Amino acid sequence: MHMIKKTHNTINSLTVIPYIFVLPFIITFLLFFLYPIISAIIMSFQDIAGFRDVTFVGFKNYRNLLNPHYYNALRVSFTYTFLTIAILIPLPLVLAVLLNNKNLPGRNMFRSTLFMPALTSVIVGGMFFRFAFGTQPTALFNNIIGWFGLEPAVWLQGKWTGMLAMVVLCVWRWTGVNIIYFLAGLQGIPNELYESADIDGANGLQKFFHITVPSLKPVIIFVTTISVFGGFSMFAESFAYWTSRSPGDIGLTLVAYIYQTGFNYNNFGFASAIGITLLIIIMTVNLIQLKIFGFFKES
Amino acid sequence: MEYKYQNRTRQNKTGFYLSLAVLVFICLLYLAPFFFMVITSFKPGQEMLRKGLTLEIDFDIMTLNNYRILFFEDNRYLSWFKNSLIITAIYTSFSVFFSSLVGYGLAVYKFRGRRFLFLLVLLVMMVPLEILLLPLYRLMIELKLMNTYLGVVLPFAVSPFAIFFFRQYAMGIPRDLIEAARVDGCGEFRIFFKIVVPLMKPAFGAMTILMALTSWNTFVWPLVVLRSSDKLTLPIGLMSLLTPYGNSYDMIMPGAVISVIPVAVLFFMNQKAFIEGLTAGGVKQ
Repeated sequence: MHMIKKTHNTINSLTVIPYIFVLPFIITFLLFFLYPIISAIIMSFQDIAGFRDVTFVGFKNYRNLLNPHYYNALRVSFTYTFLTIAILIPLPLVLAVLLNNKNLPGRNMFRSTLFMPALTSVIVGGMFFRFAFGTQPTALFNNIIGWFGLEPAVWLQGKWTGMLAMVVLCVWRWTGVNIIYFLAGLQGIPNELYESADIDGANGLQKFFHITVPSLKPVIIFVTTISVFGGFSMFAESFAYWTSRSPGDIGLTLVAYIYQTGFNYNNFGFASAIGITLLIIIMTVNLIQLKIFGFFKES
Repeated sequence: MEYKYQNRTRQNKTGFYLSLAVLVFICLLYLAPFFFMVITSFKPGQEMLRKGLTLEIDFDIMTLNNYRILFFEDNRYLSWFKNSLIITAIYTSFSVFFSSLVGYGLAVYKFRGRRFLFLLVLLVMMVPLEILLLPLYRLMIELKLMNTYLGVVLPFAVSPFAIFFFRQYAMGIPRDLIEAARVDGCGEFRIFFKIVVPLMKPAFGAMTILMALTSWNTFVWPLVVLRSSDKLTLPIGLMSLLTPYGNSYDMIMPGAVISVIPVAVLFFMNQKAFIEGLTAGGVKQ
């Protein structure tokens, strides 16, 4: 009896129990995060003809990165990330401010409507835009530019129109999500700030730039961070339009390049090297960004 | 003075109608893709192939035939739908269950390595899974999990975002309650299941919905793991319809439309929990 009680106590003791709670994370971290990262690093120094046929090649894979495809992938990923941030911060911010008006009829309906695209998968949204950006003069976007007297465009085969197509798909799906982040932030701004600005005779624009935007700084940092992350790891948007091979590599993002090299050309060593550079890029951009916004000073 | 005041309200009124107009216009713009997808889903696939997705609404060529093919003739779609349901159910229950355990553990207990573990959670959040695509693929082959539901679910079953969310939420639970239960001789797991889980009900609601949405729509990882047509999930199945063979083109748009319905229902029934799930984790820090 005494023994049983004792073991029971050890299992239930506060030195062991916490580790049981966090065990699921420890196991998945080791197996599905740390191990893959280490093997990606190792693979990036290898030539892999088959998983059992491996030769160590030093920095060869990294030297091979100096090729036009890689530069192109870097350019596409950077441009895409930059453009999505340039749109997906100001647009949802302004819409959130409009929606934050208590007297606005149907504000919940507007909010839900704008959130609806976020419920679709990239592929469902992609199916719409893929065919709407069709080359036929009757296809939706060609029809629309036709109203302005423009000739039908070959949207999904040009460098800039292809980029536009990817950005449009992303903006359509994400505006509503960012609106919700900004609305949550707006609700935290004390009303007194606006009231005292009113007494000082500030107009709407002044209030927006001197109260709203500075108060939303933490939300803007958060949204920028997830946008950088999402932008550089983008692949599905490109896949929805062109699967893994696009004309003139217009949709070849860094991740698309990893996928193509790994799964279409079976060159796992080289693909891993691309992945490691992407990891370094994302970590660096995130750190720089957090530093610029003074995130470290506060915490 | 009087004049100035009047001028001001007039300005506010114009601003008000202007913002209303802007919102209505933007909402219509964002709804348009849904509208045209539904319209196109009733048109023959050949029509879409020939003309692209058009603004045209022509009732003469619109039929229910595509939906008949989708549900009764071609059995691929229903099996993708079933696969998506199963994977979403497994993924959601795993991730909510395990992440709540971990989140609570990190929030409530003081133990060695707690801060370090929390940093690791943040680290996992900062690394895109796309980088791990190849090594994870290799691991799935070694574990014989290729082309299985578990292979899709397991690597991401413990979600760092959900851990983070549950941790934030669990920090708000009054410690006295837990202490009191301990004094009464309640075991730690009983405390968790009998006291903490009911208290964290809103958190569970929010995360269930968010994880279900994520899983329903996830694309890149299942694309790597799932190989045979009978195992595909909806997004990957829809992509596989982009071939000119058989009835594939007829099934694309109705297939896309139907695949949105389950999440749309989930969303409109639980909007509040949904929005909490999105915001509470990130913005409050």
